[in-house]
Amino acid sequence: MKLDKSKIKLFSTIGSRATFGMVCLDLAKEIDNLMVLTSDVSTSAGLDRFKLKYPDKYLDVGIAEQNLIGVATGLSSGGHNVFTTTFAPFQTMRCFEQIKVNLGYMKKKVTMVGIASGVALGTLGFTHCAIEDLSLMRSIPGMTVISPADCGEVAKSVFAAAKHKGPIYIRLTGVANNPIVYNDDYKFEIGKPIKLEEGNDITIFATGSMVSRAVDASKILSKQNIKASVINVHTIKPLDINFVNKNSENRKLIVTVEEHSVIGGLASAISEANSQLINKSKQLSISLPDKYFQGGEYLDLLNKYNLNSEGIATTITKNLAI
Amino acid sequence: MSTDTKINNIKSLKKKLLKNVVDTAYYAGASSAHIGGALSCIDIVSTLFTEFIKINPENFSKKDRDYFILSKGHACLVYYAVLAELGFFSRDDLKSFEKTDSFLLGHPILNEKYGIDFSTGSLGMGLSIGIGLAISLKKKKSENKVYVIIGDGECNEGSIWEGMMSAPHFNLDNLTIIIDKNNLQQTGKNEDIMSLGDLKSKISSFGWDAHSIDGHNIKDLYDIFSQKTDSKPKAIVANTIKGKGLSFAENNNKFHHTVLTKALYEKALKEIESK
Repeated sequence: MKLDKSKIKLFSTIGSRATFGMVCLDLAKEIDNLMVLTSDVSTSAGLDRFKLKYPDKYLDVGIAEQNLIGVATGLSSGGHNVFTTTFAPFQTMRCFEQIKVNLGYMKKKVTMVGIASGVALGTLGFTHCAIEDLSLMRSIPGMTVISPADCGEVAKSVFAAAKHKGPIYIRLTGVANNPIVYNDDYKFEIGKPIKLEEGNDITIFATGSMVSRAVDASKILSKQNIKASVINVHTIKPLDINFVNKNSENRKLIVTVEEHSVIGGLASAISEANSQLINKSKQLSISLPDKYFQGGEYLDLLNKYNLNSEGIATTITKNLAI
Repeated sequence: MSTDTKINNIKSLKKKLLKNVVDTAYYAGASSAHIGGALSCIDIVSTLFTEFIKINPENFSKKDRDYFILSKGHACLVYYAVLAELGFFSRDDLKSFEKTDSFLLGHPILNEKYGIDFSTGSLGMGLSIGIGLAISLKKKKSENKVYVIIGDGECNEGSIWEGMMSAPHFNLDNLTIIIDKNNLQQTGKNEDIMSLGDLKSKISSFGWDAHSIDGHNIKDLYDIFSQKTDSKPKAIVANTIKGKGLSFAENNNKFHHTVLTKALYEKALKEIESK
């Protein structure tokens, strides 16, 4: 899908999940055998218009996520190009074993879209947050795991997923007025990380909601004469290990930034990728902690855990001083 | 073809399946095999594959055909037995059952070459897949059908009831499920471990065209599968006997998963021969 300035602005304003619903309208024009399945979240996933316009391509299985993945598997086996969507914790955890057996073991092509992941719904408590989904999805052999950097990339990911072979999890982060990383159209390819800033002192690997904040942090650091490369790791799995290695050697520091638990997400993926590297640089992981902390407003939570541009820059500066 | 001829054909396949099941269980040797739950659904499988499920090595690569899901995947002995008879692989291949690198392990593994559509064994997952397939066939305006065999113990799984709720909601009259109600599960009787109550009424109350029949009466099985339903999915509670067909295994839960010794194997062969 080609992005333009008006789409980029609109998508950012409405946020990642409404973007998903809107993009499905375009997808239906291209993919004849498309099926979009939900668990009673049509409004939350921005699919109300889609539901009216393409009733034959839309299916609500009710609040029953195990059935959601099973029905998606049957439809996929019958030759449909299937997307499922619900809130990230329900999309990935209630039906984890169905995902393992049907999408992992049997390799059925279903694209799962986990909406409002991370702590976007922090005011609703941790039942509705997902700080474990990257870790879980990454653990399934054959699963592709995508974490788009902004709403334009959500659109790109959805179109790329529809044409991709094999099961995919797309993790949607952020709320309305999602920061824009890409102001113009660009080339998106599953599995190919994108370098946004070039600097040789440190490398910041960021994903999802944290990409724009990492770019901003690099500008703060630049004023302190710390030159940072910033890489958008939109595909957590499969990870381009050579690319990661190349950008991890001989740096003062490499940094991972993600709106996810420190366990099993980007921090782990980068660390695993670099484990055999000889000139390995020290790694700093900026993420949410391994605990169910007190909930609250989205931006308050990000600020509390240094997941804003200032917090990222300060954490890096402090670490470099050690 | 007269109904009597069809019934005779079903019985003839059943005898072959019984022999294949017993042979395969014996080939498993010390690694054991799920014998009881395979034998309880042998009449169901024989009836379905003789008269109702039209799959074969020629049409299997097509999407537009009938589908069979053995949701109670541990009953794979009877599944492999029928796939061998359908020509997906040879009876000789059954010797590799549960051996390293075999495609015939203790639960079915998806294999397009050998006629296995789905990897099953983790209980409670097959019904939902069947629902998705049935919806897919309807969307393609196909007349083909989907059949799912579910265990009675398997009905302990909550996911089965998510499926039970949704199949009538989607008016899936191209979907038939058969609950192999042999009244036993791994460690004992259903009623002691988790009572199922009046299963037919429960399923009927979810909106299915539900029936309760003798799951070893081939004529009854043939008749019920032949009946058309009006917009409802069909559920058949098949009252069966675990280990059916082998005197020493019938209603004996030791044969849920066990080693078939040489002595019992020989006894089984004699019993099959005398049928």
